[in-house]
Amino acid sequence: MRYAYYPGCSLEATGRAYDESSRAVAARLGLELEELPDWNCCGATTYMSVEETLAASISARNLCLAQRLGRDLVAPCSACFTVLRKTDHYLHDLPQVRSRVSSVLAAADLAYDPGSVRVLHLLEAFLENDVLERLREVPNPLKGLKVAPYYGCQIVRPAVDFDHAEFPTSLDRVVKALGATPVYYPVKTRCCGASQMASNEAAALRMCKNLLLSAQQNGADMLVTVCPLCQINLDAFQGAVNAKYGTRFKLPVLYFTQLMGLALGMPEKELGVGREIVDPRPLLRPYAARAAVAGVH
Amino acid sequence: MALQGDIVLESGTRHDFIDELLSVPGGERLKDCIQCGTCSGSCPVSYYMDHPPRKLFAMVRAGMREAVLDADSIWLCTSCYTCTLRCPKEIAVTDIIYALKRLAMKEGRVKGAERAMALASSFVDVVNHRGRNFEPELLIRYYGRTQPLNLLKKSGLGLKLLLRGRMPLRGESIKGRDQIRTIIEKSREIGGQ
Repeated sequence: MRYAYYPGCSLEATGRAYDESSRAVAARLGLELEELPDWNCCGATTYMSVEETLAASISARNLCLAQRLGRDLVAPCSACFTVLRKTDHYLHDLPQVRSRVSSVLAAADLAYDPGSVRVLHLLEAFLENDVLERLREVPNPLKGLKVAPYYGCQIVRPAVDFDHAEFPTSLDRVVKALGATPVYYPVKTRCCGASQMASNEAAALRMCKNLLLSAQQNGADMLVTVCPLCQINLDAFQGAVNAKYGTRFKLPVLYFTQLMGLALGMPEKELGVGREIVDPRPLLRPYAARAAVAGVH
Repeated sequence: MALQGDIVLESGTRHDFIDELLSVPGGERLKDCIQCGTCSGSCPVSYYMDHPPRKLFAMVRAGMREAVLDADSIWLCTSCYTCTLRCPKEIAVTDIIYALKRLAMKEGRVKGAERAMALASSFVDVVNHRGRNFEPELLIRYYGRTQPLNLLKKSGLGLKLLLRGRMPLRGESIKGRDQIRTIIEKSREIGGQ
């Protein structure tokens, strides 16, 4: 299956490993991701707080480009996924917004028919292409690795078709298919604090602390995320959480695509493993060694 | 923050504020609110707010426009959508909070929300001139504007990220910046929420 790939701005900087591992794993599994030419920022949650017509129009430029390409749009970032999807719904369901945005787009020689481009999260795209079936016999099963699947907010809320909004299981199923053990912990869809890490650090650190604590108390060795903002909050600010709360968390936080790649026997470097602040390599050493011995690289 | 005022019947309150919000996508159900508190109970930051969402919506209904737009609550919202998902009356709580942010922003009500507002406007500035968000530039603009000392404090983490290839020194700009400029100009001309 061929998709237009929308990396999103974070994947060019703090989320670089997510971009590397998404492209590498998709290619390995036969999912063709063609980068949307000249894509622009989706507007994130921030732009919507400033101007509505403008936020929807800027976001819609990407839908116009995808429509021109004739492909559905795949986003690895949960915020991009929600914003682009929401823009399509707004234009589809709300005639007033549609007419305003259409005239804005027309001024820039752009046009979009609402509903013509499907927006999918990368996890959703994998599931749709029966990746779970194909992962059943991975060359390097991650036996014994206890992983807390962290969904966060915007991959399942406000509403999605591919999973349950309150009790999602898709990421648990991926972790299980890779041979690892998905850890149940009750806060898997609670918020990491998102951009509050910049504007209200105390609130965000407390939210991260609650997530890390719950994952650890339920026996997790590490977490996997589906969003670059969740990853940076939980990984790069784990030290700040420890300093504030006197905790000693040392929980690596990987993107789910990195975990997939490891189980597929791909080299860590190709997956951007090593870019984390909390180094996952000591934990992953037995699996990396096994992959090398088995010669699956 | 304690709110004080005389008890008034709903018929005696100002309706213009709630009417203003009814036009927000998803806001048409605002009058259906039963004050059950599911939103406040689900909110991951309600304990930081001066007026958690349930109370905020009661205030909207009571026509307390100024107090609502001055509330730090709207800027603490992380857009996690838990309230929207769980509201038994299907009120699009998160989207209404976006609308409140836009109103507060437009009217320059910055008291107590300087940082969140500075973050939003720094973000918009970066996206408007590049077409994309360039994270290092955003952080420098934002921290430089609000907490220059914190920029220094954060430089250690910034360096770690830089060494791991997560803080590029040069940002991307899109080719279609003219299109973005046209979109900005035309949107402002047309207006809307």
